[in-house]
Amino acid sequence: MNRRDLIKAFAAMAPLTVAGRVWAAPTTDARLLVVFLRGAYDAANVVVPISSDFYRTSRPTLGIAKPDVGNPNSALSLTADWGLHPALRDSIYPLWGKREIAFIPFAGTSDDLTRSHFETQDTIELGQAVAGSRDYRSGFMSRLATELTRVKPISFTEQLPLIFRGKSQIPNIGINSVGKPGVDDRQAGLIKKMYAQSELASSVSEGFRVRDDVYKSISEEMNAANRGAVSPRGFELSARRIGRLMREQFNLGFVDVGGWDTHVNQGAATGYLADRLGELGRALAGFSEEIGPAGWRDTVVVVISEFGRTFRENGDRGTDHGHGSVYWVMGGGINGGRILGEQVKVEQANLFQNRDYPVLTDYRSMFAGLLQRMFGLEAASIQRIFAGVHPAELGLV
Amino acid sequence: MSEEGHPKKSRRHRSATLLACAALVLIAEIGSPAASHAGELNPHDMVLLDRLTWGINASSAAHLQAVGTERWLQEQLHPVAGTALPDGVRSQIEAMPDVHKFPFDIAVSFDQQAKSANQVADPDQRRAAQQVFQQAMNDRGKQAAARSILRALYAPDQLRERMTWFWFNHFNVHQYKANIRVLVGDYEDRAIRPHALGKFRDLLVATLHHPAMLRYLDNSDNAVGHLNENYAREIMELHTMGVGSGYAQSDVEALARILTGLGIDLRPEDPQLKPELRPQLVREGAFEFNPARHDYGDKTFLGHTIKGRGLAEVDEAIDILVHHPATASHLSKQIATYFVSDNPPDSLVQKMAQTFKTTDGDIAAVLSTMVHAPEFIGSLKPGTKFKDPVQYVLSAVRLAYDDKVILNTVPIQSWLNRLSEGLFNHDTPDGYSMISASWSGPGQMMLRFEIARQIGSGSSGLFKPDVPNAVDQPAFPLIANSLYFNGLRQTLGPPTLAALDQAVSPQDWNTLFLSSPEFMR
Repeated sequence: MNRRDLIKAFAAMAPLTVAGRVWAAPTTDARLLVVFLRGAYDAANVVVPISSDFYRTSRPTLGIAKPDVGNPNSALSLTADWGLHPALRDSIYPLWGKREIAFIPFAGTSDDLTRSHFETQDTIELGQAVAGSRDYRSGFMSRLATELTRVKPISFTEQLPLIFRGKSQIPNIGINSVGKPGVDDRQAGLIKKMYAQSELASSVSEGFRVRDDVYKSISEEMNAANRGAVSPRGFELSARRIGRLMREQFNLGFVDVGGWDTHVNQGAATGYLADRLGELGRALAGFSEEIGPAGWRDTVVVVISEFGRTFRENGDRGTDHGHGSVYWVMGGGINGGRILGEQVKVEQANLFQNRDYPVLTDYRSMFAGLLQRMFGLEAASIQRIFAGVHPAELGLV
Repeated sequence: MSEEGHPKKSRRHRSATLLACAALVLIAEIGSPAASHAGELNPHDMVLLDRLTWGINASSAAHLQAVGTERWLQEQLHPVAGTALPDGVRSQIEAMPDVHKFPFDIAVSFDQQAKSANQVADPDQRRAAQQVFQQAMNDRGKQAAARSILRALYAPDQLRERMTWFWFNHFNVHQYKANIRVLVGDYEDRAIRPHALGKFRDLLVATLHHPAMLRYLDNSDNAVGHLNENYAREIMELHTMGVGSGYAQSDVEALARILTGLGIDLRPEDPQLKPELRPQLVREGAFEFNPARHDYGDKTFLGHTIKGRGLAEVDEAIDILVHHPATASHLSKQIATYFVSDNPPDSLVQKMAQTFKTTDGDIAAVLSTMVHAPEFIGSLKPGTKFKDPVQYVLSAVRLAYDDKVILNTVPIQSWLNRLSEGLFNHDTPDGYSMISASWSGPGQMMLRFEIARQIGSGSSGLFKPDVPNAVDQPAFPLIANSLYFNGLRQTLGPPTLAALDQAVSPQDWNTLFLSSPEFMR
């Protein structure tokens, strides 16, 4: 099909990348990792609207101070209007300087207003219009995988998520709980035969294949760790393993991380949300380190969440379910260091229903534009992934 | 994964039965006497048992055969009061300290322990004290899970146990939030199980008054002027009407205002109140309605005007929710999804919803409508419903050991956690998925085979009590038993039979059987 490859090379080789043409196998691969922050992270306190007085009055206890070199708890300056949460100082902020990260504020679902975590997560993972009947056996990353050649997809989750459900079986693996398999090769062979005629045949054969590949990779890392390396934990451990696996074996990945539903005592520059962000930042920095400089140049990481949170803090020093969020796009080859997409001034008059960020960049438009450029997909391919969607031109890759 | 393998036991079995087929003949001959003279089980009854219980085994199959299908259904739908647990189970539950205490006292003592741990001056000692406290809370959660598993495996009122899991999942709380580990056992035992086959309204009210729920969905922080709409939203979205069923954001806010003041209070003394508010104060154990925190304004909720007057507003709102047609449909669809298929027939859901309405939300009546409906009976074919991990693991243990009571549930707790369906461990209020595609991905299947191997290869710690210096009691999973030869074998397809023929030991045979596509359903 129309697998298009490099990201950086794309600009340089523009004349060769005529839509619809297939080129010889590239030496390097475009890789995509989607990171889903489940629970609706409080975007307004992570990419902070520092020039907004309304922000300060809306968040008397939660607000992050304007950038101030003398104050370690103040926001880190991104642009005149936006600052970054200080918990990301050592992990994510350096990427901004290297133009390897961009933020898209006012992003989310333009047609899902339920403010339900589960409903809106489903909506995004399916990537289908909310109106009409939706096909729950068809997630958008699964549809993307069908459009690509030489694709090696994997979900780094204990369960196969909706986003990867579809016609072909996508493997999944809980990356933090990999151990030495007890079922031996003879048993594996017999088990595969039992399933050969069942509808789970591909699930089982994919499972055994990935199990062995991943175990090999992880056991090398565990040997290294035994030689005294500091072992990361939690999501940082996951992300590092994912980086290693995406360097060597997979090029289309999904992972999710929960714990963002901060209704109560979420903290400001320090506290609960800051701790979660610190872990997320270390994880993503660890991912880029493990995938290596060459891999990182060809990789795009997109960080999304189902919706934003109420712009005003609630009575419990937390925030409730909102609407617009801020998406992150990262990678060694992206045109970053910018705040992208349609924007409005952050003030009360521009809030959605006088409570939340509006959605000005629909998640499907954003992904459609990104995927089109990353993989050189034709318009028809994009329409098969996101029916009826006009790709957003954000100039990211 | 541990490589225990129980070499002693393996050798003993291998020496007795070098060839797999010889092993089967031997095991068949020593099959349990209860069913040894029973005839072949009909496939319909076998599937019915699997569908409504935590898994078929020889003794439950024999009982169903003895009493007949309809009487068995009535026993399950209307279990007699005080249906007895086997002695070996009761004694284990009685030995747990929490079952003899009021949850309020437990919560208070933990609260005090937390406070005194936080007050330790020396940072290292403080950290140690906090760790002791956390460990004690973990133990409470583990005990609650142990009770739940023992009841699921051995309670005669199996359908009530299935519904207890179902309703817990429906009204999910996550044990690792705050001190919920201390409360979760009481939540299951006193808020959920007693109402699991009763009136839905009673169940909803019991969860709404329980500190586990008030803490989990933050209503204990919901007060006039400091609205927290988390619980209000989930009551409508998950617990009653269902998402997209016609309520608006304004209804969520109205319900949140109605719920202001419902919270938790562990202090012995009453809160400070103005004299005119004092008669409105309600305290029941840890539950408290604090009128000073309540919004006494009038509300418009789902088109009804609710006069602001205190706790009675909650009753009125519950009545509106329970009688809303969307609630009958939503709950019926959830139940049918759990017991029938990923996409239960609309006609079945409608019949159940109709019963829900005419019986004022009688859960046993709704279930009775379901099990007697042609759509349900037509679905009783082998291989139609994929087991979720809890059902998979519990059905394997029930089949392997029947009424020989296990002495340690910790291996089961960890298998369920590995399969991502641990008890009390779902962190979001939607509960675990009931859709088969959530549980049949490649990673999940690999874990199942690993766990099949652990269950099939020996007692796997199930018969070694969870105490220091415990001695492992001898036990071996006996799956190729009379039930297998008189029934289950007939449901296996040729590929599975061919694989079983190549088993090299009883352990291997068990592993393959528990890994087979037929046992996944």
